[in-house]
Amino acid sequence: MNETPLWASESFWKKTAIWVTAGSFLILVVLTMDSLSKTSAGSKRVPAYNVINKKIDYQLNKELHKSMPVIGENEFLFGKEYTEEEARQLVDLGKKTTQAKNCMNCHTLLGNGAYYAPDLTKAWLDKGWISKETREDMMVKFLMDPENNARTFGSNRKMPNLNITEQEAKAIVAFLKWMSSIDTNGFPSNFKTIEAEE
Amino acid sequence: MNTSGLNGVIQQAAALSDKSRLYLNNFKAWVQLDSSHLSDGRQLAVKYFTVAVILFFAQILFGLLAAMQFIFPGFLYEILDFSVNRMIHINAMVVWMLYGFIGCVYWFIEEESGTEIVGLKLGNIAFWVLTGAVTLVVLVYLLVQIGPGKDSSLWFINEGREYIEAPRWADIGIVVVMLIFFYNVVATFSKGKWSGIAGVLTLDLVALAGLYTAGMFYMTNISHDQYWWWWVIHLWVEATWEVLVGVIMAWSLMKLLAVRRKIVETWLYIEVALMFGSGILGLGHHYFWIGTPEYWLTVGGFFSALEPIPLVAMVVHAVYDSGAHAFKNGNHPALAWIIAQAFGNFFGAGVWGFMHTLPQINIFTHGTQWSASHGHLAFFGAYATINIAFFYLAIQQWRGNVWMGGGSQNAWRWKWALGLLNGGVLGMTIALLIAGYEQSFIERAVEGSTWGGYFTAQNHPSFQSAMVWRLLFGGMTLAGFILLVWDLLTIGKGETRKAPEIVEI
Repeated sequence: MNETPLWASESFWKKTAIWVTAGSFLILVVLTMDSLSKTSAGSKRVPAYNVINKKIDYQLNKELHKSMPVIGENEFLFGKEYTEEEARQLVDLGKKTTQAKNCMNCHTLLGNGAYYAPDLTKAWLDKGWISKETREDMMVKFLMDPENNARTFGSNRKMPNLNITEQEAKAIVAFLKWMSSIDTNGFPSNFKTIEAEE
Repeated sequence: MNTSGLNGVIQQAAALSDKSRLYLNNFKAWVQLDSSHLSDGRQLAVKYFTVAVILFFAQILFGLLAAMQFIFPGFLYEILDFSVNRMIHINAMVVWMLYGFIGCVYWFIEEESGTEIVGLKLGNIAFWVLTGAVTLVVLVYLLVQIGPGKDSSLWFINEGREYIEAPRWADIGIVVVMLIFFYNVVATFSKGKWSGIAGVLTLDLVALAGLYTAGMFYMTNISHDQYWWWWVIHLWVEATWEVLVGVIMAWSLMKLLAVRRKIVETWLYIEVALMFGSGILGLGHHYFWIGTPEYWLTVGGFFSALEPIPLVAMVVHAVYDSGAHAFKNGNHPALAWIIAQAFGNFFGAGVWGFMHTLPQINIFTHGTQWSASHGHLAFFGAYATINIAFFYLAIQQWRGNVWMGGGSQNAWRWKWALGLLNGGVLGMTIALLIAGYEQSFIERAVEGSTWGGYFTAQNHPSFQSAMVWRLLFGGMTLAGFILLVWDLLTIGKGETRKAPEIVEI
């Protein structure tokens, strides 16, 4: 048999496989460290939890051609100003509740999850809450009793009652408000918020 | 205490157990499988395959329930909500594929290493522990479903993170079971002989088990949460699982077609280089929109665009080798499913993945039925198919290495099962793709992703009819599954001809 050329030999590809894998993984580790530090709570991309004390909007940045979160002046949640620690605890309870209630197997969060119910990434800013004055109250009521406060937009798809307590409902609202402030590189695109003028 | 009542219950239970034993014995007499044809190690492998088939059924069943709810939203409302059905649908899938892979490895490890499985007893215990744990987790999913917003809910009910919902106690159990499996693999190869296939398999299992631990932490910060969550999901299904399948494919091509080891192992190294070279940084396509920095748009877009290349290589590999050996092989249904794997993996994972992976498109398709379309074809094409191929390899030996050819009297069963399953999944994929396109245009591009926009798209006739088609093709998949099980239980029964000896050319 003819001699196998180097590029087709087993040992060449074995070494290539090892080097490529190790190299890719090393790059991933470096990028991971960088990404984690750039997305820690309190960074430019992922605001501190006490951002829930502020007005949040999501507007098209014409220079960058993408929508960006815009953090405004004070706009307290449930009429209260939270310290960073209080805000963290509240958002933490909210996040934990969304996991314990399995929200992600109907909804998407940051676009990830199931597709039976709307995306929650910018739920805080959605026009579906009609006006900013009624928003907090409507959200809490809806979460606690979705059956009787159903908002099905003509689809007949109703959220089931998940036994969410008032404390948990408020925490979920805080979590959603905080999540809406994350810089998601313009996702979702072309989203008109509750703040936008018709 | 009412002892007569208790006695009644005991008597009833005894009668029930007698009855079920009778049914089991009748079933065994009918199916006529002789385990003495299998080594002890292979008997462990077929245990894994059996549970895999049962979970495959659960996957289809709960998928159908969830599909019905898209059409009739009131169906099982507040009894088995969409979230529960969908969770079991995807969890059953992940777990049956793992069962299948573990079964495949136990199936070939003795032949590959040239010795018996070292920790067989431990492997059997791990099987029963895992199966008990899976049963308990599913029962809790079905009966408890959700809990309050406390750590205890995440530890004992459900972690609420798609694909890895299993509660934390089960996570720890899974890691322990995987470590036992890993020990068996390493110890067996160490006692027997190592090979290229053995080396790749071992390193891949280290990565596979290690990655799972990245998904075992609770984090308040959802960007960090999803960052690590994708380490598990992506680096499993788009890297380590693909390499595992490459290993299994390599062994089965040697086995089925008698392809030379040197060719198979060289291909395997090429595939590992391409798979990890594109797949590891291809992870970036999940980091476009979760808060992570913009460089991921470039890194993720570029590397994930390369991800189809190893899958093309696998198609070339499988098809070329089959052709070079003039399709002469010892197990026709298994080879048919291997070919289905090569194409299913390429189209489902490669083409369907590539179609929406670039960020310029993905910003409109992310979080729509596009992903579901891709998911259905990719998981089935890449992973279900190869496991089914191994079910056929296993049943052939279980019957005593009998002839399993396309010309046999009942061969229509496996051919129809192959056609119905592939056709059903492809049909669902196309239906979901249409729904995904419609969502991308109407909900995303036109309506700007508001809740109003979401429902406008959901209520649109083209979406609604796509959901009906998806359900119909789901029914076709179920029909294919039923036929598959019937075929697996009966193929080769009464066959006296031995499988032909396939020789290296």
